[in-house]
Amino acid sequence: MTVDSATSTAPRQGFRIDFHIWGPVVALLALIALGAFLNSNFLSYGNVTNVLARSAFIGIIAVGMTFVITSGGLDLSVGSMAAFIAGVMIMIMNGLVPSMGVGWGVILVGMLVAIVVGFAAGLVNGLLITQARIEAFIVTLGTMGIFRSLITWLANGGTLSLDYGVREVYRPVYYDGLLGVAWPIIVFAAVAILGEIIMRKTPFGRHCAAIGSNEQVALYSAVHVNRVRLMTYILLGILVGIATIMYVPRLGSASSSTGVLWELEAIAAVIIGGTVLKGGFGRVWGTVVGVLILSLIGNILNLANLVSPYLNGAIQGVIIILAVVLQRQKKMER
Amino acid sequence: MKLSALAGALALGIAFAGSALAQDTKVIGVSIPAATHGWAGGMNFHAQQTIKALEERYENLDFVLSTASDPGQQVSDIEDMMATRNIDALVVLPFESEPLTGPVQRVKEAGKFVTVVDRGLSQENIEDLYVAGDNTAFGRVSGEFFKQQMPNGGKIVVLRGIPTTIDNERVEAFQQAIEGSGIEIIDMEHGNWNRDDAFEVMQDFLSKHAEINAVWASDDDMAVGVLEAINQANRQDQMWVLGGAGMKEMIKRVMDGDKIIPADVTYPPAMIGTAIELTALRFTSSMPMSGRFIISSELITKDNAEKFYYPDSPF
Repeated sequence: MTVDSATSTAPRQGFRIDFHIWGPVVALLALIALGAFLNSNFLSYGNVTNVLARSAFIGIIAVGMTFVITSGGLDLSVGSMAAFIAGVMIMIMNGLVPSMGVGWGVILVGMLVAIVVGFAAGLVNGLLITQARIEAFIVTLGTMGIFRSLITWLANGGTLSLDYGVREVYRPVYYDGLLGVAWPIIVFAAVAILGEIIMRKTPFGRHCAAIGSNEQVALYSAVHVNRVRLMTYILLGILVGIATIMYVPRLGSASSSTGVLWELEAIAAVIIGGTVLKGGFGRVWGTVVGVLILSLIGNILNLANLVSPYLNGAIQGVIIILAVVLQRQKKMER
Repeated sequence: MKLSALAGALALGIAFAGSALAQDTKVIGVSIPAATHGWAGGMNFHAQQTIKALEERYENLDFVLSTASDPGQQVSDIEDMMATRNIDALVVLPFESEPLTGPVQRVKEAGKFVTVVDRGLSQENIEDLYVAGDNTAFGRVSGEFFKQQMPNGGKIVVLRGIPTTIDNERVEAFQQAIEGSGIEIIDMEHGNWNRDDAFEVMQDFLSKHAEINAVWASDDDMAVGVLEAINQANRQDQMWVLGGAGMKEMIKRVMDGDKIIPADVTYPPAMIGTAIELTALRFTSSMPMSGRFIISSELITKDNAEKFYYPDSPF
């Protein structure tokens, strides 16, 4: 399951790729090659920036989801939560404009609100799961409906739009960047690198895997099971807040159709990346690859008229299943 | 014995009160889909506004409004209205045609007045009154505007809605309208009447095509995403965008003479108001109120935009 096993099987078979580890990367490279072959603009700076920046929302959330799933949990509420946070953020920023004026002050308050609301939402999910001992699937299915209704109610069924002046100031957070790299990409990369370090090098990461693999054994090994679980949901909530901070400046609006199905995309990315849905093993870099695979499929289908647009969903489904089949086959052989 | 007599008397009393009430007051049930996207939000707003106005105007009319987030729930809503609210008329905007046809037919068979809005039922002649927008006209008016704006032809991209009959009718009529005009649709993709999806599709169109002269976004929510993608690519001067439906922000831009949004085409969510008003007239006047009422799709330009501007509506 580690890099060592790849190198130990490699010499005997000659050059053979261990799909369990490298499957997602191979799939990603194949998609990049296909894209470059189909359209010469595919590798252009503009297109690469577009794809990476739009992956950032799901990507940031999926990194948090990796921890939740690794510890044997699940969170279906993240898409609705993102929409709810975006709505609250926009309403508070609009409300502050008369007193604080248009400027970075308002936006910083908005960002803080996003993190705090994300923290609180994650805390509620986590407490219901760990303290009230309700299945994660049920708790987050419930909060998914609650957040989705709340945003519809806040927006009065329509769309909440950010004050035009604030929007102009806030806009560069999505569209500009540092040295030609857009901010969402920078934040996504930072979150992914930190996530990888936490998963591999810290007790928290190891505890997540231990709980997901066998909760009883983890408990007897003096792991604070409930506390670690709770922290995974809080971490995910905060990351949803960060994703929303990057999302709001893009279109400056939130409605009941914001973030629909983000939870499933995030979960799919985590599983494509090699994390086990039942928990016990997680890989943050794999999740990043999974997110990129999902957004590249959409991008390539738009750039090249390969199939009827009605079939886009089918192509995505086939690639998701293929990516996982490649990994699992290797595991079965063992 | 005593108890059952009491219960009998109570039931009789309720029945009396019920029939006395029914003689004076007519109850109109309104069943619509919940506000899950911008257009539906506007429709909900106009339904509430109309009901409020009518309740003030006519003392003998009562309204029951329910919003459903899926067809199953809408069927239950209608059954509840029949069982508990004793409605005299039903105004329904079906979530989907097929599943609602049976339940609405039973309402009709119970002798109620039935008004169907926008989405027709899958069997004909159930409803007394049919009020709907005109999707073919929506596509045709849009296509004719392109023809008028581009007399020498040009290259356009099209964003489509959620794959449905509504979307197919619009796109077919649009294609017929621009036939032979030299306008070439170089790309077409589903943006699902969603801002985020439209933004991403437009980004990809912009990477793919070096020359685009105009965009038929076919919906104002999608137009918002399209405009943002065009701004990002810094190609505002190369193309213009036609949305549709009549969102207030877009009408404002048309009114202000924004070059990139030269016009809009209506598909008014206020049609629910038309339907409720006409149904109310059935009970407050002796005018004939059955038949079909098709609301045309109109072109909004700078000259007439003011007429279509509802600043208070959420849409």
